[in-house]
Amino acid sequence: MNLQFLVDGLLSGAMIGLGAIGVTLTYSILRFSNFSHGDLMAWGTYATLMVVGAITALFGKVAPLAPLSFGWPLIVALLAGMAFTGGLALLLDKILFRRLRAKGQMIIVVMASFGASMALRSLLEFLFSSRPAYFSKAIQIAMPVGFGIRITPDQIALLALTLLLVTGVHVLMTRSQIGREMRAVSQNIALARVVGIDVTRVVRFTWLIGGALACVAGVMIGVLVQIRPLMGFDMLLPVFAAAILGGIGSVPGAVLGGLIIGISEAGAVQIFGAEWRAAIAFIILMAVLFIRPIGLFGVGER
Amino acid sequence: MEFVAYGAFFLTTALIFSLITLGLNLQWGLTGLFNVGLAGFVAIGAYTSAILTTPDDPARIGGFGLPILVGWLLAMLAAGAVAAVIGAATLRLKSDYLAITTFGIAVVVQLVALNAQGLTGGPFGVGFIPRPFGALAENPLAFNLANLGVVAVVALLCYLALEHLSRSPWGRVLRALREDERAAISLGKSARSYRIQAFALGGAIMGLAGAVQAHFIGFIAPENYLPTLTFQVWTMLIVGGSGSNLGAVIGSVLVWAIWAGSGAAVSALVPTDQQARAAALQIVSIGVMLCVILLVRPMGLFGARPKRPRPQAVSEGEGRA
Repeated sequence: MNLQFLVDGLLSGAMIGLGAIGVTLTYSILRFSNFSHGDLMAWGTYATLMVVGAITALFGKVAPLAPLSFGWPLIVALLAGMAFTGGLALLLDKILFRRLRAKGQMIIVVMASFGASMALRSLLEFLFSSRPAYFSKAIQIAMPVGFGIRITPDQIALLALTLLLVTGVHVLMTRSQIGREMRAVSQNIALARVVGIDVTRVVRFTWLIGGALACVAGVMIGVLVQIRPLMGFDMLLPVFAAAILGGIGSVPGAVLGGLIIGISEAGAVQIFGAEWRAAIAFIILMAVLFIRPIGLFGVGER
Repeated sequence: MEFVAYGAFFLTTALIFSLITLGLNLQWGLTGLFNVGLAGFVAIGAYTSAILTTPDDPARIGGFGLPILVGWLLAMLAAGAVAAVIGAATLRLKSDYLAITTFGIAVVVQLVALNAQGLTGGPFGVGFIPRPFGALAENPLAFNLANLGVVAVVALLCYLALEHLSRSPWGRVLRALREDERAAISLGKSARSYRIQAFALGGAIMGLAGAVQAHFIGFIAPENYLPTLTFQVWTMLIVGGSGSNLGAVIGSVLVWAIWAGSGAAVSALVPTDQQARAAALQIVSIGVMLCVILLVRPMGLFGARPKRPRPQAVSEGEGRA
């Protein structure tokens, strides 16, 4: 068996994990599974693509930072895209989710997120058509690193970025004041309010983090694969499976779940062929639900 | 005459949708089970019946040439069985897990339909599905009216059976579970078992709808069962009012009229190269409509009174502070 699948798995696992952090935070703090999260990924990616286009129009063609396929415009655009996606998530919350949350039936919020997902996705299709777009059409030469594994500079850079972001979110959740407040709200919202935690602020922060990370995950897909309106929706099942496998509410769990699913998918692709990739996440999801529904690092249902 | 023929065709399609919506109403409206993968159950029914009733085809398994009614029954059985397994896995957990799992099953069914060429014909689908009254096909008016008759009878039977069920002790238990689970359990009702039954029965009705539609059109392909279908049916139920079978039927006809009407307007008014975009915009507007109804009139046109908020609800304003 060719060990190359480990690299592919790590990469798709990183994308899934970044998406799953957002899903697991929304689920544990706002208590609903957000079906529009995948579409936030896609919107973030298109926003980033637009900013890259604007920068190129202003400053002319910028040479990529060798050996990467992209230059500083993408890095700047990614930051702008993260801010945009966080803002979009906040906007959705303001006009839709918050009002429905106030009515008290959480499953209605899930349904609304499903409707919003459909609308967001089709709006992208309307604006950009369903033709795939690319950040760069340059082909990168993969470097051999031993054991028959090859990796491109882009892939190394994106894995490093994921590691940085995940560590950052973990430190934020465990060491900072807002992180402690977020965990408190996820455990008991009424008690959290009693001790003077501003729940609205926590909710706002949750959306910002989730949206920003969704954007990064989308841009990773955009850099390594391609950009399509459906790109985020197609990630939704693995992302949910990762969040449940890792245990709802656990950031390290979401990332580990993402990596497990990414690597299993890549391994299965070698055995069964690429067309069955999406079934792996479902099989893992069903196995978790039958054997250990609270996931690897989950705490009992509240 | 053309107009009558088209009217019959339109109503047939709308009534098939109303069958799916009735199944969803049993799951969601009556029992509170959230199914975002109903396209998968419809597909299971359609493919089961198609594989069983088509004439022999060397390119794939199946082609048993069984009678149409046998195909319909087994379609219900297959879709219902899949629903029962999913229910057994997820109905002891919080409702979101069911939502995520049903979403997954739709993805997997789509995958099997596309890739298991030896069974489902892959992207080319299954053709030559026998049609009831196929002999009348030369005369569109008679053919469409006959089909409408069949579909109307199936939908009516289904409607009456569901009305009866929802008034029966069984239906009362479901409603009790939806409104106040703890009280119902304390009366000795097994929440999980009742919910699995309702979910499986709802799945079976969706499977039947898929089979009826497959035999009405005579041809099925994976792209008939995309998430858009799930979304359309949800909109139909929410517009009609969840909890009401009559609302489910009327909502289906109404939303299908809007959908087909705007689709016809798009293809008549929009230049060919822009039609894909216009179709996307059509979906956007329906998505926005769904969200607006949820916000403004969550009980729909004919829905029961708004349900009581559950105790675990989170509200940020006043409420449970």
